[in-house]
Amino acid sequence: MAKIKFKLNNKEIEIDENPNLRLLDVLRDKFEFTGVKEGCGEGECGACAVLINNDIVNSCIVPLGNVNGKEIMTIEGYSETKKYDVIKDAYAEEGAVQCGFCTPGMIIASESLLNKNPHPTEEEIRVGLSGNLCRCTGYNMIVKAVKSAAKKGDGLW
Amino acid sequence: MVKNVIPVSYSEALDLLNERPFKIIAGGTDLMVQRRSWAQTPPKFSEDVLYIFNLEELKYIKEVDGYIVIGSTTPVEDVLKNKLTPNLLKAAISIMASPALRNMATIAGNIGNASPAGDTLPILYTLDAIIVLESIEGIRELPIKDVITGPGKHIIKQNEIIKELKLPISVFTNSAFEKVGGRKADAISKVSFTGAVNIKDNKVLDFRIAFGAVSATILRRKDLEEKYVGLTKDELIGKVDEIVADYDPFVRPIDDQRSNKEYRKTVALNLLRNFIETL
Repeated sequence: MAKIKFKLNNKEIEIDENPNLRLLDVLRDKFEFTGVKEGCGEGECGACAVLINNDIVNSCIVPLGNVNGKEIMTIEGYSETKKYDVIKDAYAEEGAVQCGFCTPGMIIASESLLNKNPHPTEEEIRVGLSGNLCRCTGYNMIVKAVKSAAKKGDGLW
Repeated sequence: MVKNVIPVSYSEALDLLNERPFKIIAGGTDLMVQRRSWAQTPPKFSEDVLYIFNLEELKYIKEVDGYIVIGSTTPVEDVLKNKLTPNLLKAAISIMASPALRNMATIAGNIGNASPAGDTLPILYTLDAIIVLESIEGIRELPIKDVITGPGKHIIKQNEIIKELKLPISVFTNSAFEKVGGRKADAISKVSFTGAVNIKDNKVLDFRIAFGAVSATILRRKDLEEKYVGLTKDELIGKVDEIVADYDPFVRPIDDQRSNKEYRKTVALNLLRNFIETL
């Protein structure tokens, strides 16, 4: 056990836990943020993506011990922002959501990309989403959605 | 009794390592997968874990006396974005894993994990990287080829930590990094190749070749490289068959779930041939 402090969706948290725990399990089981999904469990599919200090990480391979002092944002926290509304509307308009399992991770990846690069090229979008697998859409609609979000949300990022 | 520790300072980490054995985790992108257990359960570690990823003291990239020095907990994404980082290393990092992994993964982790397929390792061998190991007893500086001894094997002592790596600043007129994997992102290499040459006044001053995932450790042969220093560029290109034949006996890949030895060997030697023919 170890004392671990972090910010989760803008709330200060202090817990005494096993630092070996996967951040994914802590978020889902302890805090009930079930928008964070487990897909592959080995960092290859991006369904478990969250933001740590505004950058995307895969929470299935982040040990709790590595988040001490960090700011974590899950899709639940992010969905309260204006930027989320822009991305969500763009995904809906472009038909970028089918079964929806990859969507929280895709949106986190979209945010992480736009935060660093508010006007990405198509190639940059594909690289930005390269760690997130979607088995329904074939990706083109998601890429279009990110392009559209960048345009409609101009000035937000 | 298992006691995992998140040290608050680098000196605390060194003290702890001197007291008892630990498994050191930096970004954890390899270890969390290697030790994974069932869903909803933590990975299994038989040893105590020391979490060093958030030691800010080890997050730096600087230029010191002809070296680019990279602190061991610097995520590779930060290494990629830094203007001091050698272009060859940037080339390897830019196609490594995915943005999410690059925000956590460290180069020191590639060294500690010592996989023959580690993405940055052929570059570190090509650049003659020096690994700086520290313990409470002092500092050791070793060339990377003397640190990694086999798949998953290295000579880092139980009380030591990788403090930083030093990359001698070198000049190349042509260089290339090629990785062959099953998917563009998040793939472990089937084969990787690095070539770097410095040609000045039509004379080959420096010629370096390294392969990943074709032998127990990264393949680099200085004895073969030296044969071709001093030639003109056209002479070097004219000797492509001889160069490929020189490397052939040392390219000894294995069959595994990612690829087979015939494919790996063919691709590795083709990458070498292509690099020389297109100089």
